Amino acid sequence: MADHLLEVRNLSVDFHTASGVVHAVRNISYHLDRGETLAILGESGSGKSVSSAAIMNLIDMPPGKISSGEILLDGKDLLTMNGEQRREVNGRRIAMIFQDPLSHLNPVYTVGWQMREALKTHGIGNTQAQAEALRLFKRVALPDPERALDKYPHEFSGGQRQRVMIAMALALKPDLLIADEPTTALDVTVQAEVLNLLKELQRETGMGVLIITHDLGVVSEVADRVVVMEKGQLVESGTVREVYHNPQHAYTKKLIAAAPGKGEMHEPEASGDAILSVKDARKFYGGFEALKGVSFDLKAGETVAVVGESGSGKSTLARILLRLEEADGGTAKWKGKDLFTMSPGDLFKLRRDLQMVFQDPTQSLNPRMTVYQLISEAWVIHPEILPKAKWRERVAELLGQVGLSSEHMGRYPHQFSGGQRQRIAIARALALEPQLIVCDEAVSALDVSVQAQVITLLDKLRKEMGIAFIFIAHDLPLVRDFADYVMVMQKGEVVEFGTVAQVFDNPQKPYTQALLAASLDPDPDVQAANRYARLAAAS
Amino acid sequence: MLRFIRKRALASLISLIGLLVMVFFLSRLTGDPASLFLPVEASAEMKAEFRALHGLDQPLLVQFGQYVGDVVTGDLGESLRKARPALDVVLEAFTWTLWLAVITMTLVTVCAIVVGSLAAFRTGGFFDRFSSMLSLIGASVPDFWLAIVAIVIFAIQLSWLPTSGTGTLAHWILPICVLFVRPFGIIVQVVRGSMISALSSAYVKTARAKGVKSGPIIFVHALRNAMLPVITVIGDQAASLLNGAVIIETIFGFPGVGKLMIDSILQRDFNVVLAAILVTAFAIFLMNLVIDLAYALLDPRIRY
Repeated sequence: MADHLLEVRNLSVDFHTASGVVHAVRNISYHLDRGETLAILGESGSGKSVSSAAIMNLIDMPPGKISSGEILLDGKDLLTMNGEQRREVNGRRIAMIFQDPLSHLNPVYTVGWQMREALKTHGIGNTQAQAEALRLFKRVALPDPERALDKYPHEFSGGQRQRVMIAMALALKPDLLIADEPTTALDVTVQAEVLNLLKELQRETGMGVLIITHDLGVVSEVADRVVVMEKGQLVESGTVREVYHNPQHAYTKKLIAAAPGKGEMHEPEASGDAILSVKDARKFYGGFEALKGVSFDLKAGETVAVVGESGSGKSTLARILLRLEEADGGTAKWKGKDLFTMSPGDLFKLRRDLQMVFQDPTQSLNPRMTVYQLISEAWVIHPEILPKAKWRERVAELLGQVGLSSEHMGRYPHQFSGGQRQRIAIARALALEPQLIVCDEAVSALDVSVQAQVITLLDKLRKEMGIAFIFIAHDLPLVRDFADYVMVMQKGEVVEFGTVAQVFDNPQKPYTQALLAASLDPDPDVQAANRYARLAAAS
Repeated sequence: MLRFIRKRALASLISLIGLLVMVFFLSRLTGDPASLFLPVEASAEMKAEFRALHGLDQPLLVQFGQYVGDVVTGDLGESLRKARPALDVVLEAFTWTLWLAVITMTLVTVCAIVVGSLAAFRTGGFFDRFSSMLSLIGASVPDFWLAIVAIVIFAIQLSWLPTSGTGTLAHWILPICVLFVRPFGIIVQVVRGSMISALSSAYVKTARAKGVKSGPIIFVHALRNAMLPVITVIGDQAASLLNGAVIIETIFGFPGVGKLMIDSILQRDFNVVLAAILVTAFAIFLMNLVIDLAYALLDPRIRY
């Protein structure tokens, strides 16, 4: 039997920490052949990145320790090689690209320098390295490749930086490319371009690609086979189609069920007058116009989703509505009063009605305060809401509403998981009995299964308490499941506004169509059909 | 870039003027130079004549106005003690201090970067623990005590080095070694901390994935990124040396600007004190400018 390009056998990785041994990866085995793409699918903490770090010898030891197993590259065990031999393999035989290309490129050297370093490290001369770097930059379609070589990482956009990373990884024509969440930080249209580029390059070079992701859509778009990991263990493996249509393990079933974008679309049912009416909102940053006149209305119990790619102005809109930043023009009438020009006294009262839930609960919750303190702080500031004697009871009630229990009151944020922390942030927002909650990418940082739970919770609050939501997101399937109206933004302008059904089923503007087309479907058959349609449209 | 330098120069000018005002008036509060300079038995007429000669009989504001006028034309007045232009006296002493500071800080910088970087590369290892202990002692030991102990051991008991003064290269060794200790201790700590975060950064992971060797990873990839906080502290430490290491210069009889300043204050030699303050303030302004420019040189994301 011929050797596989890569074969991982019974690999176990432990981390020895102060609070005991963590078994990050337990006895996993998988293999990958040339020209093939294997996806490792899993949520945070599943150990999916640890196994690839082991292949690249990137695990810090200590605290890490590979307690068992073999990693065979063309039949030779990497784990028995010495440091120098491993170093020779890295870059030349196996290359890697990462999730966040900005932090993974050295900020103080030009990208050309970093490209040449990759080549020179493995014995290629300076002039040849320069020529090769230029050729690769052309191949990954960076604009103006000659000048791009002399630029620094911060001078590129996110998608371009990932192209630089890909060019650098492919410099020595590796047999195996490991891509760790390569498109998670990118906008959907850019994600589609980058994944497409990876597939093209794979066809040209015949390399094996190991892609690590939490996104079923990415799996269905690029992978041939998939292995599913949960809590360090490999729970399922098979071809993408098999696993999607006929999942065996309970966890895989749960993951597939949690993927958003399949539920019924809402029909807006709220009636009455608008509680918030935004007209022609504008915001400048120096000479740059971040918002070019945005208008929309919102009724009680209604959800407007604001979607758009980075730089579209969607977060700026949230910040000026909450007066975290001042608007430079337009009005926003909240129950008849313009909140852009409201006096500080009125604004203080308004803070009760308007709350915000941020993207990262780890950063937005003060780590030194207990859950009780975090939630009851609202009443310290607005004492008219609730007499102190009732605080404890009400905190317990709020925790119950968001699916936590009163026992959690005395704990600190770090003792909770990401999803639980976001629930605490929501409970805190609810403490003021708001009428509008602005969610700025409130679920983007959460795992798919947790995302679904939080969305269900928000939907329940909307129905039961009549809270209106402005839901800022880049994830279209999620929006489809949750919103009443969708507002598509591009470069500070509203491109399209309509009910969910109108926008998703019958998008009018090319930009909206492009966004929807680039969005990945977890079903490999649907995704293949989309891809086919896209290619047909392109040719 | 030029605009930035102009702006900085203007801001520094304002603080220089403020400094001048403060020092001029405060120094006049410390007593009358006439009674200090002239013998105890000097008559009131002699004192009055002395004051008139040096303009000390004028109202303070007039004295100050005159002084500022002179400073603008580059005349910092005569030293009362040495009957030479105060600026010459100060520049002579400052040259000594400058050499002492430059040699010391060069040695400190090189040693601290190497030691701190290697300590950061294997955190918790033997070298790390050893160098942490060493730098902690260095940062906390009082320099006047160290100076005296060093003189007792190396100059008196072992007779290897001269106790004080200048003249031969050997005279430089003890002051430099003693001045080396504290900045070294502090900067090693800063380098270590800064390098630990640089070495755990994502771009170092990329470099390892490319197969780059450990040497270039530490000294090419991580070090340049780790240097920003380090040069701030280097500048801070260098400034305190440029100000004249008063105690050390006095203990070693080193004719630097620190010793000159102390002597001039004790002797009420106002012009020299003021000239010394102006010269060191100007030197520190120049050094801060160099540090700001070094930021931009090290990090392409910083542009002025």
